[in-house]
Amino acid sequence: MRTVKSNFKFKGGVHPDYNKELARDKAIETLPLPAELVVSMSQHLGAPAKCIVKVGDFVKRGQLIGEKNGFISVCVRAPADGKVTAIEKRPGPTGGKADAVILDTTAKEEGSGEQGTGNGERGTGNVLPPLDWKAASREDLLKRVEEAGICGMGGAGFPTAVKLNPPPGKRCEYLILNGAECEPYLTADFRVMLERADRIRVGVEIMRKILGQCAVRIAVEANKPEAIAALEKAFADIEGNVEIVVLPVLYPQGSEKHQIFATVGRVVPEPPALPIDVGCVVENVGTVAAIADAVEKGEPLLSRVTTVSGDAVAEPKNILAPCGTKYADLVAFCGGEKGTPAKVISGGTMMGFAVPSLEIATTRTTSGLLLLSKNRVFQYGSGPCINCGRCVRACPMNLNPAEISKAVEADDIQSAEVDYHVMDCIECGACSFGCPEYRTITQMCRRAKNSIRARIAAEKAKAAAAAGK
Amino acid sequence: MTIAIVVIAGVGLVAAIALAVADRYLSVKEDPRIGMVTAALPGANCGGCGFAGCDGYARALVAGTAPNGACAAGGEACAAAVAKILGVEATATERRVALVKCCGTRSEAIRVGDYNGICDCNVAATTAGGDKGCTYGCLGYGACANVCPKGAISISDGLAKVDKRLCIGCGKCVKACPKHIIELVPASATIHVLCANPDKGPAVRKVCGVGCMGCHLCEKNSGGKEAGHFTFQGFLAKVNYENPPTDEQIVAKCPAKCMAADPHFESGH
Amino acid sequence: MKPKETAEHFILSSSPHAHAKSSVSRIMLDVVIALLPTTAAGIWFFGMPAVWTIATCVTTCIVTEALCRLAMKRDNTIGDLSAVVTGLLLALNLPAGIPLWMAVVGSVFAIGVAKQVFGGLGMNPFNPALAARAFMLISFTGPMTTWLKPFWWRTPDAVTTATPLATMKTWFVAEATASASPHGLCDKAATGIPCLWDMLIGNMPGCIGEVSAIALAIGAVYLLVRKVITWHIPVAFIATVFVYSLIAGGAPAMAQVLTGGVMIGACFMATDYVTSPTTAKGKLVFGVGCGALCMVIRQFGGYPEGCSFAILIMNSVCPLVNRWTQPKPFGARKK
Repeated sequence: MRTVKSNFKFKGGVHPDYNKELARDKAIETLPLPAELVVSMSQHLGAPAKCIVKVGDFVKRGQLIGEKNGFISVCVRAPADGKVTAIEKRPGPTGGKADAVILDTTAKEEGSGEQGTGNGERGTGNVLPPLDWKAASREDLLKRVEEAGICGMGGAGFPTAVKLNPPPGKRCEYLILNGAECEPYLTADFRVMLERADRIRVGVEIMRKILGQCAVRIAVEANKPEAIAALEKAFADIEGNVEIVVLPVLYPQGSEKHQIFATVGRVVPEPPALPIDVGCVVENVGTVAAIADAVEKGEPLLSRVTTVSGDAVAEPKNILAPCGTKYADLVAFCGGEKGTPAKVISGGTMMGFAVPSLEIATTRTTSGLLLLSKNRVFQYGSGPCINCGRCVRACPMNLNPAEISKAVEADDIQSAEVDYHVMDCIECGACSFGCPEYRTITQMCRRAKNSIRARIAAEKAKAAAAAGK
Repeated sequence: MTIAIVVIAGVGLVAAIALAVADRYLSVKEDPRIGMVTAALPGANCGGCGFAGCDGYARALVAGTAPNGACAAGGEACAAAVAKILGVEATATERRVALVKCCGTRSEAIRVGDYNGICDCNVAATTAGGDKGCTYGCLGYGACANVCPKGAISISDGLAKVDKRLCIGCGKCVKACPKHIIELVPASATIHVLCANPDKGPAVRKVCGVGCMGCHLCEKNSGGKEAGHFTFQGFLAKVNYENPPTDEQIVAKCPAKCMAADPHFESGH
Repeated sequence: MKPKETAEHFILSSSPHAHAKSSVSRIMLDVVIALLPTTAAGIWFFGMPAVWTIATCVTTCIVTEALCRLAMKRDNTIGDLSAVVTGLLLALNLPAGIPLWMAVVGSVFAIGVAKQVFGGLGMNPFNPALAARAFMLISFTGPMTTWLKPFWWRTPDAVTTATPLATMKTWFVAEATASASPHGLCDKAATGIPCLWDMLIGNMPGCIGEVSAIALAIGAVYLLVRKVITWHIPVAFIATVFVYSLIAGGAPAMAQVLTGGVMIGACFMATDYVTSPTTAKGKLVFGVGCGALCMVIRQFGGYPEGCSFAILIMNSVCPLVNRWTQPKPFGARKK
């Protein structure tokens, strides 16, 4: 095991103000169980889970309340004991509505004893039987990852059991742990690496068993020296080809494709290619720790660490809370609002979602909640592109955001797709970050991509209907 | 000088002969009916029929691959003229116009955030679902107004309104609206319910002062359920345009004030 | 009755929610600051006429932009300082002694015709200051090709002259003049060409802003440090001019670079965002094209100075250059 510096630097990228000092040194605190939880059936990428409880049911912590619905899907389990008071559509941070189970955690079932020690804390109350990962088979371990409802906790929420089971013919050569956390304000992964490095180690051992022998690369940005030290200590005596790769501080270092390039120098081709096509599997460090708990302690993925930060919250903290906690409860735990927030963001400032209310609840992928005052917020404008080229220099995917934005403004989506490869855009926001005219470049890229996806879906439906005839 | 005149005249003569020969032997044979049908069509090139311009529809009509009467802009008169040219039966079609089923202006319906971005409803709807409290209602950023080929849609106080006199019923606005609240209704119908929120009354009241609460008073006042002038989707009243109500009194009696009886509906209420 | 709105209203926008502290006015201000050494040098050498020309051009440009936006019923954009920059650059490209009414006409053309007619900042295909200069060169050829000598007020009987370029142009012509081209450049009396030192500091006839290479270089370095421009266009332009004149013979390469509008053109005119390519490759192609065209016009064309026209021609092919030099996406498959 050794620590090395990254040999590869991708072109582009920007340096936003990180503001991580607001929450960096705050140890993870556990949120007292909120009175009401809003557990969404869609906390991951893929088809929402199918709700299998009814209004009025009493559920126990860890009980299955949503079944996996399809291949790319994940199950949902109750984060605490409680009574189902409603099942209705609730908006998520993107505005999209999904079925959610509203749990009243103060309700006690008649005849039952004390309220279970749900509390969001890991390790209290085994829901699934603990497994000895050294003795368990690969299939048992994979099944456990699936049963525990684990999905990527870095933000996209891809079902981990699917990712760790590559199709035949594709082998994993490098397991890359994503500890970059390149988004401003967020320090959740940093604290997990600092305080739970031993869990990450166990998680790596388990994943190596599932994926077969492969090299391991733990990618951490250079602005987290304490985390690197903690990881070095935890992984000191691990066997096999394991390296901690220190990456330069650059946004978006945490993007999957760029992380693969920065750590092992391989380039993932254009979609539909995936990282496994170049022999790489990338997982967030939080997901890895969750895998360890799921296997060793039988603890499903019921809670996660979320950084609550920003200059409009009284005490920024890193909070371990059940997935389904309302933002308002998190903010209250942090001493409430400081002044009047002008913007509330779910996630980080570069790729997070602006939300209209604090009644929205966390999911397995909510890494941050930011309350920003007017001083930290800017207004987008509608000025013309002046061809300054800052966005072209910033784009980590080597696209031409200036031309894409001009094409979208002229409603020429075809040009954006064919000439300027807008479908390769990862929506990282680096282009809009530096634009002197404050143009909504990222929003225009999204608009083009949505339009193209809708067209492809319509064509597929038409073809399917024609074939069916 | 003479030589110049002779040469130029000669070149002209040669060119004339060449053109005459080309016109006779190289001309593309085209069905003359295509030109006649194109002339009968309104020439708006709006695409409402589903073809690329009036010429495209004319070719399809003559080839027999398109039904007559698909031209909403031309309406009955045009369908009859086309039928005459093609020598087929004329099918009666009624003029349809677009209706935005929402009356929640910024003065009546709450907004839950300050939207800052591209001024387009489809884009705004993908940013936190839009900034309107009622998630079913018109966002008022003009996606419909932008695609209308006749400029029949105007946005005022955050609400889109269609001017019936200018609308040709091409249906482009229907496709453009991300909330799917624009419907093509018969031009002769005068009574409409301008709401698309099927939620319970108290929930609607929380987000809009003029939303339909599902009280069924419109149905009662127009002869009850048996008369069949209204259907209900959840707690939302919907006019049955096959059998529309005719008594304009029921508009004034609506407690939510979400109905309209304005023949032009260029001013919602 | 409109229901009560919630007390807190948050801003809803697409990501990103963070922004660099950049703005168009800040960039334009940096350009103005970068041009201050050149402006000072121009005023130092050419005196009050330079002051009047600069003041006239800047004021006329600002007023024209405000009036145009008013007439077009669009928002007032003089706050972004681009009109100030255009006025200043136009003035620096004019002879100090130009009649002020011609400067006014040129400024109105620069903003009104070359910029606002196309829709304003970002829409113009040609550099407005250069378009105006070309317009004035064709309309007012005489006054545009008569320059004040530096410190003209000391020798009132020989006030105006041509630039060294006119002399240098003759050296392209024949082998016979090979003996007449000096190797040291300080024999002013014999050759009519200023010595190297004079060319560097600007003690030679020319337009207000094009004479002082050192002042221009200081400005260019400031812009590079502030990341307003990248090195690609200036280096490509100047290097091409240098290499071309080494190969073509005639005047010494240093003289070709330091006289005429090459320095100001390469650093301030060709680097105009709107009319130059966005990618690094494109900028290099653009710079080389400008340099080559400039030298071709100087050697074979009717004018002794080719810089303005070279840049204008490259402006016109800029969309094509952009198209040919698109970056390859990360992970793009080789077709």
